[in-house]
Amino acid sequence: MLDFEIDGKALQVQDGTLVIEAAHQAGIYIPHFCYHKKLSIAANCRMCLVQVEKAPKPMPACATVVTNGMKVFTHSDLAVKAQKSVMEFLLINHPLDCPICDQGGECQLQDLAVGYGSSAARFQEEKRVVADKNLGALISTDMTRCINCTRCVRFTQEIAGLMELGQAFRGDRAEVMSFMEKTVDSELSGNVIDLCPVGALTSKPFRYSARTWELARRKSVSPHDGLGSNLIVQTQHNRVMRVLPLENEQINECWLSDKERFSYQGLNSAERLTKPMVKQGGQWQEVDWNVALDYAAHALRDVAKNHGAANIGALLSPHATFEEMALAAQLMRGIGSENIDFRLRQSDFRADGKRQGTPWLGMKVTEISALDRVLVVGSFLRKDHPLIAQRLRQAAKKGTQVSVIHSADDDLLIKLFAQAIAAPSQLPALFAEVLKAVAELKGVATDPALAKVGAGGTASAGSAANTETAMKIAASLVSGSNVGILLGNFAQQHPQAATLNALAQQLAVLLGAKFGFLGEAANSVGGFVAGAVPSATGMNAAAMLAAPRKVYLLLGAEPELDCADGACALAAMQQASSVIVLSPFKSPAALEYADVLLPVSPFSETSGTFVNTEGRVQSFYAVTKPRGEARPAWKVLRVLGNLLELDGFNYDSSEQVRDAVLGGRPEFVSGLDNSVAGVAIELPAAAGVERIADVPIHFADVLARRSPALQATANAVAPTARMNAAMLTKLGVTSGGSVKVGAGGTASAGSAALMGTATLFAELDSGIPDGCVRIAAAHVNTIALGPMFGSLTVERG
Amino acid sequence: MALLQSINPLLSAGWQRDAHEWRLENDTGWHLKDYEARGGYQSLRKILAAKMSPDDVIAEVKKSVLRGRGGAGFPTGLKWSFMPKAAPEKYIVCNTDEGEPGTFKDRDIQRFDPHAVIEGMIIAAYAVGAGRGYNYIHGEIYELYQRFEQALDEARAAGLIGQNILGSGLNFELFAHQGWGAYICGEETGLLESIEGKKGQPRYKPPFPANVGLYGKPTTINNTETFASIPYILRDGGDAFLNLGKPNNGGTKLFSVSGHVNRPGNFEVPMGTPFPKLLEMAGGMRGGRKLKAVIPGGSSAPVLPADIIMDCTLDYDSIAKAGSMFGSGAVIVMDETVCMVQALERLSWFYYEESCGQCTPCREGTGWLYKVIHRIEHGLGRPEDLDLLSDVSTNIMGRTICALGDAAALPVLSFTKHFRSEFEYHIEHKKCLVPRDVQKAGSTFHTRLMAGTAC
Repeated sequence: MLDFEIDGKALQVQDGTLVIEAAHQAGIYIPHFCYHKKLSIAANCRMCLVQVEKAPKPMPACATVVTNGMKVFTHSDLAVKAQKSVMEFLLINHPLDCPICDQGGECQLQDLAVGYGSSAARFQEEKRVVADKNLGALISTDMTRCINCTRCVRFTQEIAGLMELGQAFRGDRAEVMSFMEKTVDSELSGNVIDLCPVGALTSKPFRYSARTWELARRKSVSPHDGLGSNLIVQTQHNRVMRVLPLENEQINECWLSDKERFSYQGLNSAERLTKPMVKQGGQWQEVDWNVALDYAAHALRDVAKNHGAANIGALLSPHATFEEMALAAQLMRGIGSENIDFRLRQSDFRADGKRQGTPWLGMKVTEISALDRVLVVGSFLRKDHPLIAQRLRQAAKKGTQVSVIHSADDDLLIKLFAQAIAAPSQLPALFAEVLKAVAELKGVATDPALAKVGAGGTASAGSAANTETAMKIAASLVSGSNVGILLGNFAQQHPQAATLNALAQQLAVLLGAKFGFLGEAANSVGGFVAGAVPSATGMNAAAMLAAPRKVYLLLGAEPELDCADGACALAAMQQASSVIVLSPFKSPAALEYADVLLPVSPFSETSGTFVNTEGRVQSFYAVTKPRGEARPAWKVLRVLGNLLELDGFNYDSSEQVRDAVLGGRPEFVSGLDNSVAGVAIELPAAAGVERIADVPIHFADVLARRSPALQATANAVAPTARMNAAMLTKLGVTSGGSVKVGAGGTASAGSAALMGTATLFAELDSGIPDGCVRIAAAHVNTIALGPMFGSLTVERG
Repeated sequence: MALLQSINPLLSAGWQRDAHEWRLENDTGWHLKDYEARGGYQSLRKILAAKMSPDDVIAEVKKSVLRGRGGAGFPTGLKWSFMPKAAPEKYIVCNTDEGEPGTFKDRDIQRFDPHAVIEGMIIAAYAVGAGRGYNYIHGEIYELYQRFEQALDEARAAGLIGQNILGSGLNFELFAHQGWGAYICGEETGLLESIEGKKGQPRYKPPFPANVGLYGKPTTINNTETFASIPYILRDGGDAFLNLGKPNNGGTKLFSVSGHVNRPGNFEVPMGTPFPKLLEMAGGMRGGRKLKAVIPGGSSAPVLPADIIMDCTLDYDSIAKAGSMFGSGAVIVMDETVCMVQALERLSWFYYEESCGQCTPCREGTGWLYKVIHRIEHGLGRPEDLDLLSDVSTNIMGRTICALGDAAALPVLSFTKHFRSEFEYHIEHKKCLVPRDVQKAGSTFHTRLMAGTAC
């Protein structure tokens, strides 16, 4: 600890503390622009100049390290004169167009100019002008306003991992720009808008729509990936205008992914369902709530009575709130059906009934940063979990060895220790090789099921190089003292998900490591806790689509896009006698197959809870009133329960639902456990041309799909058939040529009619293993191709 | 015409005096065999053969009181001693990014004596324990960059650089790096950024390069002339070198004399030589005109009027006492035909053009200074401009990461201090105190252009 005095205030600070941090601890604000606690020190704006005792010149507080006995003066003549002179320099070429600038009212330059600027300008010369840049659909630029603090440049380089912005030219001709007029395509790009201390980078979707002081600020929680980022949702006239991060070091730090930041556009989409609707004689009629609810209750009751409640199935979106899931589960069980599931993209349910608890991340989010060895299995990490990828990126810079085994070599922008890529069917064998190598290094006998892998085995890990990489990864893991194994969305959706789970468990036991699942959606943990999974007698998501039910209850889900096999799901919907849809949106597909559409509130219009991937219970309130006649889904389910004369549907608030299920409001849910007992390790053989299906970041859920800005980004291009050069040659096509892809493999009886072909552009992707084609799921163009995993037919088309 | 003249030549002793028609391909004497013939690489051989310890080498350099020849004048031996001993990976960098207007001494060292630089760098690498070295040569002298590459090839072939140098077990790899002509890349940390392939922008110090330098490793950066002096110090001993100059100002120094003299060029004289002597060596004032002012240390140094500079001796202490800087030894001589406003306008343009754009005061301030001086020169000055100039200059000084801000401000402050009346005249009368035809008569460019001859 060091003795330090600032403006006469004495305090003790840690070694290595910067003057600006020490001042913060003392509650003293030092004006600054380029300094940001999460970014490297640039010391270029010079606004934070302060007087340091015995130093002849004013020193930048952001770059000066506290020494023992140091005395700093932030308001002395020397300091203030320096700060005021810097402000004068900053303003001479600044356009001072605050009245038409979107940053007005939340501009650091504007705020500090009040304190440090002068009322009249001494600069009488011509100002410099900088041409604006096109950085894509999300970031709007007014580069003349730029003060060259380079926060955005450092962000892209250090946090997002790829230097998409840079400062070119010299002197006052210096400009921040992208390389060769490219757009900024990072999935974290929107953060530069927050970082920009002036109006140079502003939000394109929000541009010119409101002033910050006109907006109400409400706290909320992101409904997208499993992280549960904390949000500030800004509203005006009962409309969500903008979403900003709410700083929470435990979860999202001060960042948001673009999906979380811009998906709010979907809330205001023209596809919003604002009145209950019932299909009568093939025609949609807008009806009153009581009519629609009666209709739904009748449909449920009739089928239960005439055909048995087992003929009713409920598919819940994993993005639904905890309370909605709990009530839907209660409703289904009340009418006697166990057919309820929210794990829509999962295809292997062998672990059901064998789980020892609720699957979760296996550690706290903050603990990810402290791991010294990490193995990520089956994850499109950067796109599926942008902020967890960011944490691993920072950890890797500090020396954490991050290894990956997966089926596609997407550049994670993380300094990886090792990476092995194998076809989806070979992923379990590849993972087993790592386990086997670890066991050998530890001198422990291996599971007999692993005999098939390695030398002389029948299960292939893809290539000899992969086997070698597996050994390298094993050696890395064994050398660690704080090891984490993370199973990504791809591993959870994999047809051998249970095997991967069992392998991870064995590996974790051998290493004394933590292992867990990267939660795909906002309530991937919450769904289990809410009971939205079938018990032994019920049918899981895949089963109730493969063996179609007579009535489906859909809560926020769009089965054709959200399920593991879109074609199968669509077929099941189309043959059902009744499909009851609770959704904020009326999609063209739902208008076709549904019989009743009940308008429910998206996350912004209802109170509720998301249980994030680390099991953290995060409740939130509505930020606006429901649009039109939409109502919170928990209320709709409550009334439906009453109409069906079920017990236990007398809740007056979502909080009561939560408290009843969780027994209060714990910070974390209990019963979290990733282990499984008695899951057989199956190592299948490769089969034909295999599909590798990712769920592209901006197609992943109903909100993102309806955000025009997100849909205009490079992350939302239509699916292509990506394959390596050998595959292209084999097919006789060139990158950019068209291929005809056909659904192959095991179509269920019901879906066979819908399984078809898609004509896509072939694209060279050297990160795809031999014999595989990568075709994104969750897109209308690829529904016909059926399951996310399995074989396809591909020919020149 | 002699390119060089010297008293007590040390560095330039073996240099070719009559550069044939100024053509590089006619140069002789720079090859390895020539350098060795005049005693080159003897210092290195002596050190390696005698197994002189690195500390002894540094002690010898300290004894010589060799001060950095790039401009700042930091004692070289002391700088070397800052290098951490234990670090496994260290670098030596030679700064041949000679960008200071008025300076052209390193160019001639590279032209006539590249092996002196190489030998100096090897000795320095040995002293500080560096395994790799780079010579950053600025973009305008591409031919000399090529020559340095050839010299490196010669040295490599002779086993003077590479693995196990001269069988001593010393390993040192040396490379040339071609710059692209940015002034700021002559700032040592800007130079390091440039070698790393980044935009040339100075780094905040501390940490200093001796701790965190090239690629984050401890690095020693010295000027070309500094390295070129090293072999002579080790050959003759630190005391002998010191005695060539005066106390606290060891050795001889190359001065680049330009401007209104009869024989501009490089002159090697002992430190402490009186300025009038140097002026006499340079052939005196052109056309017998009166000396008006001298910028003694490159364009960043404050200008000194004739009466002050004529009393100075050429060493760090005397010139600092007179209120200027010894700098890189670039002596810019101006006679009575010079309009000081126009001269300052040109200087300010240079700093405006070369500011890297990183720190606010320099990025914004250099442009402001230039625009105001430009206005004054073009008859649009205002009475308050002189106060504004001094205020803006003061606001830039000492508020930036590197010294470019100071370098831009000092000329403005010194020109307006020593020649204030000229500026006031300009503002008041919207024209120059020195009549236009007098200015033209003093310009070689103008007179030759008028006479129809090449400039």
